[in-house]
Amino acid sequence: MAGEIDVRPVIQFVSAALALAAIAFGGVPSAVAADKPDPVADAKAFRDYFTKKFPQVKLEDFVNGPYSMNKDMHRQWEEKEQFPPYEFALDMGKEMFTKPFKNGKSYADCFPNQGIGVRQNYPTFDEKEGKVVTLELALNRCREANGETPLSYVKDEMAALTAYMAFTSRGKPFDIKIPDDPRALEAYQNGKRYFYTRRGQLNFSCATCHVQAPGERIRAEVLAPALGILNAMPIYRSEWSGMGSISRRFTTCNSQIRGVPLEPQADEYRDLEYYLSYVSNGLPISGPGARP
Amino acid sequence: MSMIRKSMPSGYDPMGWNRFSEKIMLERKSKVMRTFLISLSSVLLIASAASALAAGSESDFKTAYAAAEAANKEAGSLRNQWTVTAAALTAAKKAADAGDFDQAVAQSKEAEALARASIYQATSEKEAWKALEIK
Repeated sequence: MAGEIDVRPVIQFVSAALALAAIAFGGVPSAVAADKPDPVADAKAFRDYFTKKFPQVKLEDFVNGPYSMNKDMHRQWEEKEQFPPYEFALDMGKEMFTKPFKNGKSYADCFPNQGIGVRQNYPTFDEKEGKVVTLELALNRCREANGETPLSYVKDEMAALTAYMAFTSRGKPFDIKIPDDPRALEAYQNGKRYFYTRRGQLNFSCATCHVQAPGERIRAEVLAPALGILNAMPIYRSEWSGMGSISRRFTTCNSQIRGVPLEPQADEYRDLEYYLSYVSNGLPISGPGARP
Repeated sequence: MSMIRKSMPSGYDPMGWNRFSEKIMLERKSKVMRTFLISLSSVLLIASAASALAAGSESDFKTAYAAAEAANKEAGSLRNQWTVTAAALTAAKKAADAGDFDQAVAQSKEAEALARASIYQATSEKEAWKALEIK
């Protein structure tokens, strides 16, 4: 009709502008941002989750696993520490660490600061290799580089070596670095995915026990919180009547939920250790530990 | 029309007397017996044929075992094999070695079902893990 203003083009223009704005500031970019790993935010959320869930537990006490979960358990731990069952492994580890290889070199030659007080920096991300290097892997690489045969990742000798190295780092806070390298971020993200992925016939993820149910019992055992869970490694487990390395812990966790364990030091386990150690940054090394 | 029944369909008098002659009653009896025996033998024949079909042969075992192994291999490529699958495969092999192909086929089928479940788990967890994440 003559004299009336046609508002339809204006409405169409405004709708299109609003849709574009929604895409630009809302939908797609935020979805991308949500998918991009943010280790700093993850670590904060991780710590907040556990400190809120267990307000009575001091932050540095989380490294004591099940012994941090209640007063009785804590008392047991204090008594156990009077005559700790890992002492023999500690002595053996020190002897192994200081004994030269056949070529005259020793473990000390493979690590910064001669391997003393460096546990808190492992795993590291090796930018040359583009992969995570754990302390256990670094120890075996050191052996091989010096003409020695590698140790089993799941037996007492490896645990004895890492026990000694952990002992020299006691009290030092975990200080895991994620360099500005997309491969490092990918390794971190893979570790996180592994941690939360359900597997095995029992359909459990690491998080099922150590995030959803720490402090609860599974059969006779009290489950440890995931925060600080690697700070006490390696551990003497009464259940095993011996020491256990991180490799042993990961592989047995898998078989307990009826999953076929991967080979020790598989990329997945290395990445898992990287993730779990990073989110416990700032908590002190307490290894070697003792567990029921 | 009266709802009261005038005759008994069975041919037997409820008072205990036959309603028909003895000859007719005997004929009826033998007819019933014959029908019963024919039905019984048919049922037995069908049952034995079915059990013969269900019984595992060595070739049935080989087919079932190969299918289970293939599924478990696929689970392995997804890095998600289950210990129970391996146990069922071992049990199948053991039963086959002992010549018990019924058991060998049953264990192979069990192994395949478990392997397929582990594949399903690995596939669905590609996204589902995010639901557990602490945020």
